[in-house]
Amino acid sequence: MERAGSQFSPRMDSRIQIWGMVHAAIVPIASVVVALVVGAAIIALSGANPLVAYSALFEGGLGSGRAFSRTLEKATPLIFGGLAVSLAFKCGLFNIGAQGQLLMGAVSAAFIGFSLQGLPSALHIPLALLVGALLGAVWAAIAGTLKAFTGAHEVITTIMLNFVAFNLTDWLADGPWKDRTPGNIVARTPAVAPEARLPDIVGVPLGIILAVLAAIAVWWLIWRTTIGFELRTVGQNASAAKYAGISVRRMTVLAMVASGFLAGLGGAVETLGVVGRFQPGFNVGLGFNAITIALLARTNPIAVIPASLLIGVMQAGASRMQFNSGVASEIIDVILALILFFVAADGIIRRVLRLRAEEGERVTLSSGRGS
Amino acid sequence: MSAGSEIVLEARNITKRFPGVVANENVSLKLYRGEVLALLGENGAGKTTLMNILYGLYHQDSGEVLIRGEPVRISGPSDSIRHGIGMVHQHFMLVPVFTVAENIILGAETRNGPFLDLNAARRQIRELSRQYNLDVDPDAYVKDLSVGQQQRVEIIKALYRKADILILDEPTAVLTPQETEELFTIIRSLTARGASVIFISHKLKEVLAIADRIMVLRRGRVVGETTPREATERSLAEMMVGRSVMMEVEKGEAHPGTPVLTLDRVTVLDDRGQRVVNEVSLEVHAGEILGIAGVQGNGQTELVEAITGLRPVHSGRVLINGRDVTNASPRRISETGCAHVPEDRQEDGLVLTYSVADNLVLNTYYTPPFARGIVRNDRAILNHASRLIERYDVRTPGPLTPVSALSGGNKQKVIIARELSREGRLLIAAQPTRGIDVGSIEFIHQRIVAERDQGAAVLLVSAELDEIMALSDRIAVMYHGKIVATLPAASATREELGLLMAGAQPTNVPHETIADGRATVKAQR
Repeated sequence: MERAGSQFSPRMDSRIQIWGMVHAAIVPIASVVVALVVGAAIIALSGANPLVAYSALFEGGLGSGRAFSRTLEKATPLIFGGLAVSLAFKCGLFNIGAQGQLLMGAVSAAFIGFSLQGLPSALHIPLALLVGALLGAVWAAIAGTLKAFTGAHEVITTIMLNFVAFNLTDWLADGPWKDRTPGNIVARTPAVAPEARLPDIVGVPLGIILAVLAAIAVWWLIWRTTIGFELRTVGQNASAAKYAGISVRRMTVLAMVASGFLAGLGGAVETLGVVGRFQPGFNVGLGFNAITIALLARTNPIAVIPASLLIGVMQAGASRMQFNSGVASEIIDVILALILFFVAADGIIRRVLRLRAEEGERVTLSSGRGS
Repeated sequence: MSAGSEIVLEARNITKRFPGVVANENVSLKLYRGEVLALLGENGAGKTTLMNILYGLYHQDSGEVLIRGEPVRISGPSDSIRHGIGMVHQHFMLVPVFTVAENIILGAETRNGPFLDLNAARRQIRELSRQYNLDVDPDAYVKDLSVGQQQRVEIIKALYRKADILILDEPTAVLTPQETEELFTIIRSLTARGASVIFISHKLKEVLAIADRIMVLRRGRVVGETTPREATERSLAEMMVGRSVMMEVEKGEAHPGTPVLTLDRVTVLDDRGQRVVNEVSLEVHAGEILGIAGVQGNGQTELVEAITGLRPVHSGRVLINGRDVTNASPRRISETGCAHVPEDRQEDGLVLTYSVADNLVLNTYYTPPFARGIVRNDRAILNHASRLIERYDVRTPGPLTPVSALSGGNKQKVIIARELSREGRLLIAAQPTRGIDVGSIEFIHQRIVAERDQGAAVLLVSAELDEIMALSDRIAVMYHGKIVATLPAASATREELGLLMAGAQPTNVPHETIADGRATVKAQR
């Protein structure tokens, strides 16, 4: 579009910005609404009443204090995962490996949790969290380094590292780190020491507090620091970043490390806060829902919180929905997939709403850059 | 051939508004059979909007379009193709891994039952090539073609769809002078066979060379119509900009000081490992502008990349202020005070999605006062931006507007503002005014001379001989990766430079080829 005769005008300047912000929120919100409508149609087709199903769903997620704490429980690791994926997106990297990084964080936090006994909480919890986060970071650093120095695409390497992490953690939980309590036959680690369990702070689980703090920290890092500026510049235009003296390689590794750190921390929080041990299968799907959340939040770290809560509500309310309306709780996965579909293929929503393509920073699902 | 009297295309009182902007206001135009109508205007004057309306990419808010006297509603490119309108965009719409023939028939495939009939297509393409002197091999892959050849493919694509009204949007922006000449020959053979051409440009010389009639747009309105016979460069520039424009750069004598940039037998390889810069040695002194003249693709791009740390130096040394910076990182070189206006401003010089303010600190964001430690100081960044926007006359709604919303000339002013506002003694400017409007060119030229007068060493690389001659104190001519001659600008002639750029040895310039030399350089700018 040509702007003939545009002059310096602060009003236009702020209008462009506000419009940009409103614009950024329209597509995600519309995507959720459309996904719920399509989901309702599917529920109706299966012979149930969508209104009954949805009201049970939200009652089960928000209806009572217990329901809400279940939602928070579900949302906590999702926030970490969503932040991890968002941060990588900011640098133009598609971290599909949040799942694997999260598993590595979860299993290593469990190890610190059960193998050390008698440490005070003030030491045990930070240590377990840190080790979990670091293992996640190391796991992601493999993909980041491969990308930076050989150009291997992070989508491929992180997917493959996911499989390695699945099998490695399975083996650990069924082998060297297996819970040897008499009578136990399932693959799981011993329970973590009570001192390593995350407490509630004035009635609020420590996990969600950490998640919200992490969101604020990531927001600050991205928008208020020079490191964030470098990350974003590499993500938006790698050749301009190089011109500006930014090392694309360094930022690629750094972004993956930070992303893996967050995912690993999410896994550790899940282990220490909810599950109490590492048990394969407990965290499956978290890393993938994290991708949905990152896209739904348009990679905005603060928006990751409501996006995670929304999905948390749906997951927490799923069984109530099944109980009240007879709709299989798997419909939630269908709705989540529809949300992802509409957010990723935002052209559909734009056409429905007659929106123009947006200006401002874009999320690049995949960049071809390497070295 | 002179224009006929049959009107093939007419636009009446077209108005098109965008949020906050009137892109076209009551624009009317007539296109006669067999003529070249040049549409002249600065970036942002509304030329492209008007053409997109004719091509069906936008729809006008009011006004009507008539084709051969019939009012039509063009609601998409397929409509316009049906009406015989073909458009060659500034950025080509070709599939690089397809052959020429495949690209041309794409969307209008010749079939034999359910199968592609490429042979029939090939025959037709050869026939078209012969008719219009559009020399191109139908079986070549587009990725292997030069930019000029790709443009020919685009033109054949339009002709293949039986277009007899061709819209060429800034067709020469990407061409070498020779390719421009060839394009003009093609355009003449098109009009000789009854096709009509709308030629969009902001290059005055070209418009005067090729057009039958010239229409000038300014700020969305038609401000005048003229012919090459009545108009001069100066009169056209004044119509475009709306005030009188200095065509020459006023500059006093240079007072060269100590060498700031020294290249000592620098050799650089391109991406495929070819020696594209071959043992280049030169010195740029404080207070002088050294211009590197040469046809695009003779190693200038790689030379600049090597000096600024973006490409490895294969052998030789680069010194800035006497310090060896060979193969230093771009950051370190930038910190020696080397300002760099990169050749590809969209790709390298700007992050289009960033605000004007962020782009103005793209390479200084980490230094005080823009950052304290790792924390950005947004207030300082904004103040800096507001100051530069005013000082460098950047036309933007404000510092927080994304730079993508700015016109080409204003984008370049953002880069110029950023680079010239840094403390530095060396300025490397590559194609600083390519593709931008006259008003901005004038401004940027003045700033570059001002830098020199304040004692900076300036290395200017430009494919536009006029620019090199107007600004430089000394001119080095680059050909096939070598500096073939360095001349004082005062005594260098256009003919001499043209010959050197074409590869003639400085000592044996034969007199009979001077006329050719003139033809080559004429199309510049």
